[in-house]
Amino acid sequence: MEQQFVEVEKAVIRFAGDSGDGMQLTGTQFSDTSAEMGNIVNTFPDYPSEIRAPEGTLYGVSAYQIHFGATNTNTPGDKIDVLVAMNAASLKVNLKDVKKHGILLLNKAGFKDKNLKLAKYESNPIEDGSLKGYQVFAYDINEQVRRVLEDFDLPPKMIDRTKNLFALGLAYWLFDRPLEPTQNWLNKKFGKDEKIRDANLKVFKAGYNFGAMGQDLAVRYIVRPADLRKGIYRNITGNNAVALGLAVAAQKAELPLFLGSYPITPATEILHFISGYKQYGVKHMQMEDEIAGITSAIGASYGGALAATTTSGPGLSLKVEAMGLAVMLELPLVVVDVQRAGPSTGLPTKPEQSDLLMALWGRHGEAPIPVLAASTATDCFDMTIEAARIAIKYMTPVILLTDGYIAQGSEAWKVPTLDELPDISIKFATDKETYAPYKRDPETLARPWAVPGTPGLEHRIGGLEKDNITGLVSHDPLNHQRMCEIRAEKVERIVQDIPDLVVDGDESGELLLVTWGSTWGSARNALASLREKDLKISHVHLKYLNPLPANLGDIMSNFKKILVPELNLGQLKILLQYKYMRPIIGLNKVQGNTFTAEEIANKIEEILLSEGVSK
Amino acid sequence: MITQLDGLINKEYTEIPQYTPKDFKAPIDVRWCAGCGGYSILSQVQRIMPDIGVPKEKIVFVSGIGCSSRFPYYMDVYGFHSIHGRALAIASGLKVARPDLSVWVATGDGDCMSIGGNHMIHASRRNVDINVIMFNNEIYSLTKGQFSPTSRVGQKTKSSPFGVLDDPFNPSSLALGSGSTFVARGYDNNPSHMKHLFQRAAQHKGFSFVEIYANCVIFNDGAFDEYTRKETRPTSTINLEHGKPLVFGFKNELGIIMDGYKPKVVNLDEGKYSVNDLIIHNEEDSTLALILSDMSFNPELPRPMGVIYAESKPTYDQKVTWQINDLIERKGEGNLEDLMRGDEWWEIK
Repeated sequence: MEQQFVEVEKAVIRFAGDSGDGMQLTGTQFSDTSAEMGNIVNTFPDYPSEIRAPEGTLYGVSAYQIHFGATNTNTPGDKIDVLVAMNAASLKVNLKDVKKHGILLLNKAGFKDKNLKLAKYESNPIEDGSLKGYQVFAYDINEQVRRVLEDFDLPPKMIDRTKNLFALGLAYWLFDRPLEPTQNWLNKKFGKDEKIRDANLKVFKAGYNFGAMGQDLAVRYIVRPADLRKGIYRNITGNNAVALGLAVAAQKAELPLFLGSYPITPATEILHFISGYKQYGVKHMQMEDEIAGITSAIGASYGGALAATTTSGPGLSLKVEAMGLAVMLELPLVVVDVQRAGPSTGLPTKPEQSDLLMALWGRHGEAPIPVLAASTATDCFDMTIEAARIAIKYMTPVILLTDGYIAQGSEAWKVPTLDELPDISIKFATDKETYAPYKRDPETLARPWAVPGTPGLEHRIGGLEKDNITGLVSHDPLNHQRMCEIRAEKVERIVQDIPDLVVDGDESGELLLVTWGSTWGSARNALASLREKDLKISHVHLKYLNPLPANLGDIMSNFKKILVPELNLGQLKILLQYKYMRPIIGLNKVQGNTFTAEEIANKIEEILLSEGVSK
Repeated sequence: MITQLDGLINKEYTEIPQYTPKDFKAPIDVRWCAGCGGYSILSQVQRIMPDIGVPKEKIVFVSGIGCSSRFPYYMDVYGFHSIHGRALAIASGLKVARPDLSVWVATGDGDCMSIGGNHMIHASRRNVDINVIMFNNEIYSLTKGQFSPTSRVGQKTKSSPFGVLDDPFNPSSLALGSGSTFVARGYDNNPSHMKHLFQRAAQHKGFSFVEIYANCVIFNDGAFDEYTRKETRPTSTINLEHGKPLVFGFKNELGIIMDGYKPKVVNLDEGKYSVNDLIIHNEEDSTLALILSDMSFNPELPRPMGVIYAESKPTYDQKVTWQINDLIERKGEGNLEDLMRGDEWWEIK
């Protein structure tokens, strides 16, 4: 049968199965290979908070989604073109996201009576006609891999476990991906165990050939390489980018890195990565609790390290008092909050942007802290270095907000060289003739950093209010007011040191879209679709939440309406309304996932329509 | 990796200045109440400092919150007065980042055993090389008189007008149980004994926990009289000395023997037992340490004072450094550009 190639600009594929089916690995391979062949790639893993939920259940479904394209993908994608479902439960959970006429690659072996019952299907969807409207391709993959490996003396369980590679091979055939990257990876991964390696390689190839020899899969898709800048690339998740950003920031600051942390989803991976950086002289302590995580980091910062603590919402709550201490001490500290859906334990593995107001204001007393937010997985690297730069230069704790979406999602990253990155080093105080603990830099208002070991600079700091300049304990009321004002002004002055916003689109008009954090990607895709319809919308994206960029107020004043989509019930909206005294339209979602481009686009169209704006 | 700290950390001192205790007095007034046990602790700490063999600029005192935690302000070295309960976590981070420093923690029974209890047991089990002086006054003083985790059952305080219901911690047993490698107890009106304990703590490589009975003249005056006054002290306490038999009493007429696995008081004058029958103190014996510490709250037995336990083992901060050095030795110093690139990278030409 003749096979037909169709070229598409972008596509979205999701691999779904039981949490033990190896879907994360399968997805990562598809993503790495696609990136390596030059596609722009965004991914998102979606897995249950249970480690190994009971097999075949709806709550045990694990999935990995890849959006790959010849042009910017921006997000892991909204609707799915191809769903690979290894069992009935994974079809049931994911079908709602599949495009009309989308492709379903199903493993028939996962649709037995037991599977159907666990997935709460009355009848088998493969047979009952309920999947009309999709292109359904159902094969017994378990049967296939058993046949492929019949000459291998392996236990049946182990043979069954290779089925994800069969599905992966089939997906490679469907999207015309080269086999070598995954073959190389399998060789490396199972190099020590030849039999397992050969079995995996054989099944993977068999999956590919099954597509080629098959009768029914007539159409293959081509997604051409993007026009990317020359250089070295890799795939990276936001959490990995934060970890690397900290290590690189320390090097660029000529300081040792210290991480004090406590495990918490979805921030733990940062701790995992950094704990592996011993060869780079990095020290870390997995502390007894979140409070010890941050306070050990404050101790290390006092000792002259670039110190950081990493956490998620509940942990940020526990660190609040210590952040106030860091404000009072005026010591550099990077606090990374990988936001997740709250309050309390909330939805631990799902993203949200609902810690913004807490990051800004959630401390007792007047305790201003600069707050930054990363917009994509790779932006996590840049913003981590930026957080460290501000912390060191201004002698202040800095909060960096990411979220579970970009922390666990990955995209291709053009790896910079160290020389391309800014020098962020400062000098420790050493001169005992001129030193005073709170004698400030006239430009930044930062106090000098005098570390133990420096002769003649022995001094005492602490949480009690200190006299300006001398640093002696002071209960003088006027001094306290002065110090509160100085600490506030120090943070405000950072505005001189951050870039002005650049408007994407016209400088004035009907509607300005203002986003922050990970909603950047959905907003970009929404704008792209609206601009195809000739609708004029402008967009600014905030990476600095405190202080806000200097020109934000002026930009906002040139638009009739302002829309802020965010994954909370209106926190940036509150901030902008209070700060610029004007009404803001919110688009708010707290459903444990991000916006689709369509949701944002629909809201924009609705606003413009109500205004009577025509194209 | 070369850092700005390398010079400070690796600085070699051919000679340490000849300090006097005065060099460690910060130029501010001490603001404890007249008669507070803190004064004598402060003065003994200042007295040992010239002899611990550490340059002044390498000494750091960290504290939490409470009367005792004002301590760093009174020492003319690097000082860090932090927040309630967290001194040990701060000190742990500091010591791991800066193993070249001599790190001390001044804390109280509430700060260390209540709000900071979690940090206490974990710093202890890790054996971070920190010297902890816990001022035990069996009361919350800075908040004006509530019962603490070492207050006694039945004690009437502002927050227990009808008597404390909770059983107290025995600090030395908590320290031993959580893995402290040096555990000692002293009291505020025995300066030379205290001085000895502080010297021993300073010499000890590892987590040193020194509990000092510190009388609070305002909210718990006389709490330790039974153990500190010369009229009662000889029979209510026993001074532990390594390698020596456990004798006490006005004329050393009393001793401790092991009766099964329980310590028991015997009178040597009665002729039934001689010094040879008594327990010989061995600081390095962890089982004996637990038994001795457990005597503390037993009304039949004298309360042990002195060094209860001293064990030599690698410290956490040393192990962190060793692990790093070992990896660098085996795999070479890491190149950050390789790390950024990772294992799976590709080139767009």
